[in-house]
Amino acid sequence: MIRITRKVEFSAAHFYHNPDLSAEENKRVFGKCNNPHGHGHNYVLEVTIAGEPDPATGMVLDLKELKDILQREVVDRMDHRHLNYEVPELAGQIPTCENIATVIWKLLQPRIRRGKLDRVRLYESPDLFADCTAGSANGAGARP
Amino acid sequence: MNTSPKISLTRRYRFAASHRLHSLKLSAEENARMYGKCNNPLGHGHNYIVEVTLTGPVDPVTGMIANLGDLDLFVEREVVEAFDYKYLNEEVPEFQAIVPTTENVCREIYRRLERFPLARLERVRIEETSKNSFEYAGENATGN
Repeated sequence: MIRITRKVEFSAAHFYHNPDLSAEENKRVFGKCNNPHGHGHNYVLEVTIAGEPDPATGMVLDLKELKDILQREVVDRMDHRHLNYEVPELAGQIPTCENIATVIWKLLQPRIRRGKLDRVRLYESPDLFADCTAGSANGAGARP
Repeated sequence: MNTSPKISLTRRYRFAASHRLHSLKLSAEENARMYGKCNNPLGHGHNYIVEVTLTGPVDPVTGMIANLGDLDLFVEREVVEAFDYKYLNEEVPEFQAIVPTTENVCREIYRRLERFPLARLERVRIEETSKNSFEYAGENATGN
């Protein structure tokens, strides 16, 4: 099996606020991320596809096709957007790195027709990233 | 079919420290041969980068596996304060008995961070330099 990875970047605004919590609780839990004016990041997304290279083309999945999928599903949706207000898939969720990565996983999975979506890694900054990998949602590990 | 992915969160921390690779179980000549310039009795140092990976369910209230503020405080207290600007051989008690190779530093940091109460520690990865990195995911991890 071979893994191939494509990287794209997008820039977006967000802030963390849970309407079920009081103003004080929001401030305490989310700190400066709770600023209602929002703030932003240059997100870096790495998407890994695993599979066997097609004997005819030598490719697991044409990277051009993957590039187009990432452009359509992620960049067009999220680049230069406010994640709290402009991405319906995130509605009702706090747009944390964990939640954005999970939404991206769910957007991409049905679009990958060759190979298998292996990992979605989303960097919010060079020092913070979330990984989504095939497996159970509770972190118990990969499915048998 | 859409399956729920497993999610993890990784945060990077830094500390600078000096060390000397020297085993009490080896003769002076064997130490010199085994560790080369790392055996210099006056020590030398590195800018270490520590990647801490957590897994667990994403809390629907916060959208997070663990609050980064809590993680930062814990890592700061358990690792950064104990290791930053220190001579590992003499100022971190665990390395009086074992050689502070980055393998051993990795395992010691894992041991300290395993006690983090708010999420499961999946892995500790250390970059000793931009060319060397070390990973430890506990004794029960697959492939270890």
